[in-house]
Amino acid sequence: MPCDTVSLGGREARRERLDVLGAEQIGPYTLLRLERGELEPGVPGQFFMLEAPGRPLPRPMSLCQAPPGGLTFLLEPVGPGTRSLCSLRPGDAIHVLGPLGNGFDLDVQSPLLVGGGVGIAPLPYLAEALGDPPALLGFRSDRHAEVACLLPDAEVVVEPRLVTDLLPDDPGDVLACGPEPMLEAVRRRASGAQLAWEAPMACGYGACYGCVVEVGGRYRRLCIDGPVLRDVA
Amino acid sequence: MRIPLLNASGCLDALTAPTVASQLDAFVTKTVTPLPREGNPPPRIAESDAGMLNSIGLQNPGIDAFVHDTLPRIAELAVPIWVSVGGFAASDYSEVCERLDDEPSVDVVELNLSCPNVEEAAESVTELVAAARAVTTKPLYAKLSPATWDVAESARAVEAAGADGLSLVNTIRGLTLDAGTRRPSLGRGVGGYSGPALRPIALACVHACAEAVAVPIVGMGGVTSADHVLDLVAVGASGVALGTILFSDPWAPRRIRAELDGSTTATGVPSERRIHDFVPETTPRRRSSAK
Repeated sequence: MPCDTVSLGGREARRERLDVLGAEQIGPYTLLRLERGELEPGVPGQFFMLEAPGRPLPRPMSLCQAPPGGLTFLLEPVGPGTRSLCSLRPGDAIHVLGPLGNGFDLDVQSPLLVGGGVGIAPLPYLAEALGDPPALLGFRSDRHAEVACLLPDAEVVVEPRLVTDLLPDDPGDVLACGPEPMLEAVRRRASGAQLAWEAPMACGYGACYGCVVEVGGRYRRLCIDGPVLRDVA
Repeated sequence: MRIPLLNASGCLDALTAPTVASQLDAFVTKTVTPLPREGNPPPRIAESDAGMLNSIGLQNPGIDAFVHDTLPRIAELAVPIWVSVGGFAASDYSEVCERLDDEPSVDVVELNLSCPNVEEAAESVTELVAAARAVTTKPLYAKLSPATWDVAESARAVEAAGADGLSLVNTIRGLTLDAGTRRPSLGRGVGGYSGPALRPIALACVHACAEAVAVPIVGMGGVTSADHVLDLVAVGASGVALGTILFSDPWAPRRIRAELDGSTTATGVPSERRIHDFVPETTPRRRSSAK
């Protein structure tokens, strides 16, 4: 099928079948490298819908790295969709739609990146865009922490220590992605933080109303209004 | 015969995806209720091996905001507009239908009589259709649930109550559990099951109803290809709506239209009934004379 640009959620996105260039194991995670095709990498924090072979719905994944001619995604095999994606090998191809949603606001004075678990996914691309600012990463085990190699200069903690233990009193402009309890904790310590949230999502472009989160007492679609939100109440 | 392609209600937002809506022969809105509704608590989406569950719960801005804000913006797309109407009592249906009757940009009203994610109205589907019929001159389509022993009986009843067409089928109630906790995946527990698993169910319902009533039928349920469209047409559908496939492939309407245009497969005997917005200049004021 042709790969036409179509306005989705007020942004230009494309859908194309992309070849798998590689799938590298890092601890329990898989770094999936796809060819870029004619897709734009978008702003760090934006996401793509990745076809999960054999599954009815695609999976939303934020871009991890944007090497020349490629798009790279960090995956953790936690369910049938992510297991299907992690089993992709060179020679396979999947449909990809994107970029979608709101990324991070890069107009920040003193950025500090905070990530937890597979939630560090958007941070390598973000770090590149911001000129490698300081980063704090937290993982549940040493094996999970192997993936910190994607951000070589980051400070890393492993449970029971928490990434919020490393947050300075005046953390500056925090840009964070990770599990919900981590984001809640970061929000309490760093008002005005930009937080990248996650929700089960069917479409990624505002059609299904499945990915809502409560913002100011109202349900908002995370795919359209997020996934990066500032000051979620 | 060009087979009209629509979207299933709740499976496309024409304002966030205008170019997708413009590929359709008619755009069907998300269900509108008298008052604004925030919808069900998340998680609202779960996947199963052969389909998906949703538990949206009729999130919508209510009829006032719909008429003032949403409808004029959809109308700019120049695609025929079907408005899906829902509620929790016959008076809800009649209130929304009465408001829409004054809106020239609304071509068809589809009555959502079968949302599996909210409490049912106390009245029967027949009473709900009759209440809507009494207050609107728009063509009225009744969207029925497949979760009934004899859907043809419901079809005959809503036809007799004044429905101009049928939309078949809505999702069917289902439940998935989280693999780790064995607790329901969805915030509200059960949800509406859609996708490939619904297709044989939809075919059976369309087949049964096409033999039972004279009004046109929009078939839907698990359609992902031109073959699926032709199957529904072969059992009596006059138009076909795309649902779950739009979530994974917003380009599906264009792809399926191209497949249909290039198809050499026999379509069986195409229905001579025409769905209403397809020939808007001959839209009847009340009961269809389409057959």
